[in-house]
Amino acid sequence: MAEARTLLEMASVGRDFDVSRPWLDRVISRLPRQQLVAVDDFSLEVRAGETVALVGESGCGKSTVARLAVGLHAPSRGSVRFEGVDLRDESAVRAASVRQRLQMIFQDPQASLNPRWRVADIVAEPLRVHGLTASRRETRARVEALLSQVGLSATDAGKFPHEFSGGQRQRISIARALSSSPAFIVCDEPTSALDVSVRAQVLNLMGDLQASLGLAYLFISHNLAVVEHVAHRVGVMYLGRLVESGPTAEVLAHPAHPYTRMLLAAVPDLEVKERAAPAVTGEIPSPIDRPSGCGFHPRCPLAHARCREEIPLARPAGAGRSVACHAVYV
Amino acid sequence: MTQTPLLEVQRLQVEFATRRGALVAIDDVSFSIAPGEILGMVGESGAGKSVTGAAVLGLLQPPARISGGRICLEGNRIDNLPPPAWQRLRGRHIAAIFQDPLTALDPLFTVGQQLTETMLAHLPMTRQQARDRAVELLTEVGIPAPERRVDQYPHQLSGGLRQRVVIALALCADPRLIIADEPTTALDVSTQAQIVALLRRLARERGTAVMLITHDMGVIADTADRVAVLYAGRLVEIGPVREVVHAPRHPYTTGLMGAIPRLGARRARLTQIDGAMPGLDSIPAGCAFHPRCPRRFDPCGQDRPPEAGAMDPHSVSCWLHAGSSDG
Repeated sequence: MAEARTLLEMASVGRDFDVSRPWLDRVISRLPRQQLVAVDDFSLEVRAGETVALVGESGCGKSTVARLAVGLHAPSRGSVRFEGVDLRDESAVRAASVRQRLQMIFQDPQASLNPRWRVADIVAEPLRVHGLTASRRETRARVEALLSQVGLSATDAGKFPHEFSGGQRQRISIARALSSSPAFIVCDEPTSALDVSVRAQVLNLMGDLQASLGLAYLFISHNLAVVEHVAHRVGVMYLGRLVESGPTAEVLAHPAHPYTRMLLAAVPDLEVKERAAPAVTGEIPSPIDRPSGCGFHPRCPLAHARCREEIPLARPAGAGRSVACHAVYV
Repeated sequence: MTQTPLLEVQRLQVEFATRRGALVAIDDVSFSIAPGEILGMVGESGAGKSVTGAAVLGLLQPPARISGGRICLEGNRIDNLPPPAWQRLRGRHIAAIFQDPLTALDPLFTVGQQLTETMLAHLPMTRQQARDRAVELLTEVGIPAPERRVDQYPHQLSGGLRQRVVIALALCADPRLIIADEPTTALDVSTQAQIVALLRRLARERGTAVMLITHDMGVIADTADRVAVLYAGRLVEIGPVREVVHAPRHPYTTGLMGAIPRLGARRARLTQIDGAMPGLDSIPAGCAFHPRCPRRFDPCGQDRPPEAGAMDPHSVSCWLHAGSSDG
């Protein structure tokens, strides 16, 4: 896996959002402009054929990273490159057909499928936009092939999204994402809205497609067990920063960062354990009003003076891992 | 489980009237909860978990109605009470915690006002006593600086704190039973762990029984003493949580457990149950699960298996186990 070529490269990416009050409010109440730093100093590589997962709780910036990775948000700092092409360089993006190679699946298939379009039109849209098929007959054949690839039948092409269950709708989203033959799919919580048995179907399908098509996934999730199941590598985010990353099995079996440890301790587990009180305290601070130094220090059992003052940088910790923490040495 | 049950639900049936006849949302569901016990109720969307909770709370609204069976609280039948009697019961003896704490709290009143109003409605107390008790309750549910928080509005609290306030509200009149409908679903994992620990502590220390409705098997495994599994409005399996999680007997429960990825036990593929749960208007004859069941045989498509939840502590509604229900 280490030899595979790099598809996505995010280098020290940051993204701010302006959350200031309206101009007149600011003038009257003498308020300053306010910036929300959603993602800061974020670096990540995704190589062909692998699944990289990002985990974290709400507000940690994982969905912003997903949108940065496909170019839906432009970075405020740093660069996002796909196969060497900077996503901000429109002409280079067009010349290299980057948009076809890069697709996205969203959390809520109800909201991401147009309710007034038939499935055939939804799945064919990328084909039409990129002009990938020569004739209507070819488009229809391709749509039917895609539907059977995701476990739907060719007769489903004439139906509308509301005629399907949640899991089937997510299959339609996957078929649409696959239609332009991408190398890389960003999946933002693709199974969070699904029931357990249906979630297993979709996860298995995504695994099968990766094996047969050599797809790479950036998989955004808040569910550590799902991440362990699907991902080769994992990054843990807290308040817009990557606090720990590395091979999934390593990171989850031997978490180094105190936040990763806390998150793992908090996961309800099917192993009915002896009921120890969880070592979890406090809640995530608002990214508008983030603590000084390390964002985790107010909740961290190991925090010391340096953590309050200086933001820890990611340090390599062996075996492809890295940890951003002043308190632990790996 | 030899204690007299606090809540006893016998052969409960709930129907929704529609233009094309009645749809049976809950079909012959029986279970009981002992004081201080946490009964988990799991199932996928539409399995009837929340409808069961609403029936026990007397909150079913037309077109839904209880069409059969009985619900008894401490031996007294409650399912046929008139609305005024329900109002005295609800909040006083049975309390509810819902999924979204923001909609359960009134944004225009402070936390303290909401707590004291609830107490004054149910208990003979002065306003000052109620306020003191409000601060005590906030302390009990683990809210830091309760003297300050009691005068704040819901929007000033984080999601986890809001859910703690909702729990404090449920505890106001010291109820015997709490129906918690997806209490942690809107929360993050680290907050969820704290709320789950809180529910467990309250059940143990106060002897409050909890009916915990959730789709998250992990939360059940962490919290509940017993678990009931619902499928298409029917109780398919009920038993001690450890047995149901580790040695499920119903093929649906087995499939459900295999479909959940577990930390530290990575498998190449998850077990998948093909198809989806049928809608209420298309529940198949015989066992509702038989079209998806990998182990179906002759009787499954024709006759309904005997109901779970009778005498046996771990019982299953399945023809595979119909002859040997003595485990």
